[in-house]
Amino acid sequence: MSPALLLEQWLDSRLQANARTWLADAVQRLRNGGDSDLYRSVSLVTRRIGKADLALSAAEMKQANVARAGWDPGDWSLDQAARIYLLLVSGTDGATFLRRLDQLCNTADVGELVAFYRGLPLYPDQPRYVLRAAEGIRTNMKAVFEAVAHRNPYPAEQLSEPAWNQMVLKTLFIGSTLHPIVGLDRRANPVLARMACNYAHERWAAGRPISPELWRCVGPHASGEMLRDLGRVLEKGTDPERKAAALALASSPDPAAIGLLRAYPELSSAVSENKVSWQTLAGAI
Amino acid sequence: MRFIDPHIHMSARTTDDYERMAAAGIVALIEPAFWLGQPRTQVGSYIDYMSSLVGWERFRAAQFGIHHYCTIGLNSKEANNEALAEQVLEVLPRYLVKEGVVAVGEIGYDDQTPVEDKYYRAQLALAKEFDMLVQVHTPHRDKKSGTLRSMEVAVEMGVKPEHVVIDHNNEETVQDVLDRGFWAAFTIYPNTKMGNERMVEVARKYGSNRIFIDSSADWGVSDPLAVPKTARLMLDRGIPTRDVEAICYGNALKAFGQSGQMKEEHWLNPAPIDQRMLFEGNSVLRGQTPRVGEPAIVERIDAVVFK
Repeated sequence: MSPALLLEQWLDSRLQANARTWLADAVQRLRNGGDSDLYRSVSLVTRRIGKADLALSAAEMKQANVARAGWDPGDWSLDQAARIYLLLVSGTDGATFLRRLDQLCNTADVGELVAFYRGLPLYPDQPRYVLRAAEGIRTNMKAVFEAVAHRNPYPAEQLSEPAWNQMVLKTLFIGSTLHPIVGLDRRANPVLARMACNYAHERWAAGRPISPELWRCVGPHASGEMLRDLGRVLEKGTDPERKAAALALASSPDPAAIGLLRAYPELSSAVSENKVSWQTLAGAI
Repeated sequence: MRFIDPHIHMSARTTDDYERMAAAGIVALIEPAFWLGQPRTQVGSYIDYMSSLVGWERFRAAQFGIHHYCTIGLNSKEANNEALAEQVLEVLPRYLVKEGVVAVGEIGYDDQTPVEDKYYRAQLALAKEFDMLVQVHTPHRDKKSGTLRSMEVAVEMGVKPEHVVIDHNNEETVQDVLDRGFWAAFTIYPNTKMGNERMVEVARKYGSNRIFIDSSADWGVSDPLAVPKTARLMLDRGIPTRDVEAICYGNALKAFGQSGQMKEEHWLNPAPIDQRMLFEGNSVLRGQTPRVGEPAIVERIDAVVFK
């Protein structure tokens, strides 16, 4: 089943009669309509459909993942679903889709922007939206940033390494969280590890706290001075930070990392016995 | 006491203002689309401006716990650039239907030129077509006749008086506005035009029926705390609390609430999605229970003013 069809089903089963009718009419108008019909309908969604949570069941979440691997609409709202649905059923080729998406983003309100960026993994001809995703990441609005960065498979699949690194670093910078970033471990790289450590040094110099999650980016490519940073956290950090450093060291291929970790047997076994993980750490942040 | 400022140009104001407004008890505001201090010459800057009213400025206000609504329209000054005006009118419908747009505004007359009249009427027609309220800016020069004309043309174009807010009133205009069934808003300026001492006497004379106040604070010398300060003065000077609450909160809500886009529950009990998306600094994120009721605010205006 296609994402559009799934969205249609979910909306159909959740909307009141008049909202359902309006949506059906809007879709009809799209068939014979042009850009402005799409734009107006998309904006009208909040007035006609509202913003209640979509509240998908576990079964529906599974269907989503089958329809599009990595699609995670668990915290979507009705208006987001409806807006993306309208975009998808306006049935166009990739070029037209991008043109309309850009127009919509250029005149969007906050809620619309969040919807458009959450929909990224579903749009036709995926590589076309890389620049648009970068615009989303450039935003000052945290909610919009997170619409691209969190629970969204698009960045890990499509962004170049420099763009990816900037996104992850900005996530830390604006006080957002890393754990909802899809593909975080898969796309770890030495450049990002270095950037993260440099950022840690800045925070230490300023006497400001560091998110324990930062070290997750460092572990897989930790070497030399980065190992010393991890050692420092292991020794002097807060409890969550020490756990993070331990996890990071455990993920390092460098034999020196194992040596560092061995000096803390309790932490070392907590990691190897999976008593502490990035997931449990995330819950504590 | 809670306050609403139904006419304030926050794009021109700093975060210092937002902090003080939040501390003074302003829970919601309406930002009318207006000009930038010098004329726009390209429709593109108009488009980007309107986008910012429903985008960045709405988000920025939310960071201080203030609910931001707006009115959308072509203002009277820039209506005089006919080529630009045509292009703006074409784009307006896309914004009118967006969330949080409570009226077509601020529209009306500035110099009362024929071109201004043309686009005032065109936008009244739009308001009718989209079933929207209208926020009218009355001219600062030749105000009395301009106000009368604004009301007559609105009625002529088929818009109901109870759907229209006539703003920037003074002692000379208020009687006619009330008699004809329109909402009468007063802008409280620090030095020029209507001031808060005079407002107290207007309240004393006319009561609170269909009367409310705003600051119209913008890039000029103006006071974003005009509403709470005037409330304070009214209370000090013996205006009944019930009237003060209506003039400084309830009536603006009643008038613009007719749009269906502005509701008290938005700030008393924000929807979960709004909690997550907008009000991060002031409510709760990540699975904790949303805070119901207003944030701690400084009740006494003195503390805010002289902080």
